[in-house]
Amino acid sequence: MSSRLTKSDVERIAGLAHLELSEAEKETFARQLADILTYAEAVQAIDTTNAPPTTHVLSRHEAFRTDEVQESLSREEALANAPDGTPDEGFFKVPKVIE
Amino acid sequence: MTATPQTLVEIRDAIVAGETKSTEVCSEYLDRIAAVDGSLHAFNNVAREQALERAAAIDRSRTADDPRPLLGVPIAIKDNLCTRGVPTTASSRILKNFVPPYDATVVSRLEAAGAIMLGKTNCDEFGMGSSNENSAFGSVKNPWDLTRSPGGSSGGSAAAVSARLVPGALGSDTGGSIRQPAALCGVVGLKPTYGRVSRYGLLAFASSLDQVGPLTLTVRDAALLLEVIAGPDPCDATTAPQQVPRYTEALDADLRGVRLGVPSALLDSGIDPEVKQAFGAVVEAIQTTGATVSEITLPHAQYAIPVYYLLATAEASSNLARYDGVRYTHRAELDPASTTLRAMYERTRSEGFGAEVKRRIMLGTYVLSAGYYDAYYLKAQQVRTLILRDYEQAFNTVDAVIMPTSPVPAFTLGEKINDPLQMYLLDIFTVSANLAGLPAISVPAGFTQERLPVGVQLVGRAFDEVGLLKIANAYERTNGWWKEAPIV
Repeated sequence: MSSRLTKSDVERIAGLAHLELSEAEKETFARQLADILTYAEAVQAIDTTNAPPTTHVLSRHEAFRTDEVQESLSREEALANAPDGTPDEGFFKVPKVIE
Repeated sequence: MTATPQTLVEIRDAIVAGETKSTEVCSEYLDRIAAVDGSLHAFNNVAREQALERAAAIDRSRTADDPRPLLGVPIAIKDNLCTRGVPTTASSRILKNFVPPYDATVVSRLEAAGAIMLGKTNCDEFGMGSSNENSAFGSVKNPWDLTRSPGGSSGGSAAAVSARLVPGALGSDTGGSIRQPAALCGVVGLKPTYGRVSRYGLLAFASSLDQVGPLTLTVRDAALLLEVIAGPDPCDATTAPQQVPRYTEALDADLRGVRLGVPSALLDSGIDPEVKQAFGAVVEAIQTTGATVSEITLPHAQYAIPVYYLLATAEASSNLARYDGVRYTHRAELDPASTTLRAMYERTRSEGFGAEVKRRIMLGTYVLSAGYYDAYYLKAQQVRTLILRDYEQAFNTVDAVIMPTSPVPAFTLGEKINDPLQMYLLDIFTVSANLAGLPAISVPAGFTQERLPVGVQLVGRAFDEVGLLKIANAYERTNGWWKEAPIV
């Protein structure tokens, strides 16, 4: 697998990640990410037959509780950090989504 | 005449005995922060008034047999742990004005134990970094040499404890972020077993790896803080149900019969000669306590860095998606009439995140994207299994693994920041404990000729913090490293 990254690769990833990069950032990231991925290719040579993927290391335990309503944040508190929150109406406001 | 109390245990005992007051102790530390932190920058925010009010309340309510284990003791909290009403920024521009409406579970447990929070400590942005240079508010300086890095990402917590700006602090550790700065600043740092301590209220970086833990002057103090913060939490379903042992009461055991393993092959290359020498001296000293030391192999440990950076960045790219300009304080200023939602997201995130955070989001997004998932992400998860099995195998013959915490002592600020891969390689000895979910502790192991601290690390079986603390405590008693303070 090639770990060369083109500018359009970087633009595609940035789009997926909701990042807007400057031309300079695109160039730097293309080079640095390629370096890191080339280094990380070492894992591809390892024999992983009979090694299932580990997503977490938890020993299995139940985390159930009774379904009871408990105290939670008030609407005012939940909206207090929103850049465009309307505690009176109870909304997070965002730019228009549908034309 | 007794010496001025320095450790959490000594301060707590002096307050309970009525020899001093919490307000006196907290004022002294706050004054020292005011005098010294201009040059260190260990704190993002000092909560002076709030701390003194709480200390006064503790002094009023104190009784002669007060059972609170941290009664009146000052403490600092890494700035990626939520503190109700006190700004919590994760050292990121995107959260510059974020004031949490709730406390992290570890914070409320400290408070219930009588501790007084003096302030929030500086760190690499969202915990991403090994040098503290990724803080949006400027790097912390190493108290042993102000031109050097304190390590990261919990560099503010480590520097603050080292410089005696506070007797203990909390940090978080995703790939070494408690242990590596502890080593570089000459203090004790403990990463608990995954699931031992609640992550509720910790701003998530990589959820399968993150743990909160203490940075302190002594092993006994680390045991005390762990005892307070550990245990199941209904707000974090990944916390383990196991009972929390009385760590502080289990410390003073002799080490006869305890077996330690050195992963010699892993230590063959890339270690600073003085770190290697210090490590050799630790291995000799620790055998005088009764422990035996043998060679072991961790055949896949050399792959821990690529595995870690593939998995941690993938998890980060998902966790940090929440910072989108809708819920958390920062939104880019754009003309509302012509702005699309997508443009608002992109502009907000691009001006809010620093370079390393963007780099990791990009890397994580790449390894999760169609066509690369199997080759990178899935493969890394499989190698994670092999790293886990290596440790399981090792623990058939030894009780703990011992190795250096960092391959180098504190390096010069600016030296490595422009080469991310070189910076990542510094995590070689710390990341495997996170991947395997195991507890690990770094303790001071002496100094280089230039008077830079060196740390040694122990990695133990899951939920065997008792075993680690016993070994670390016995080693600590063979030397007086922790008593040496930097001149700041």
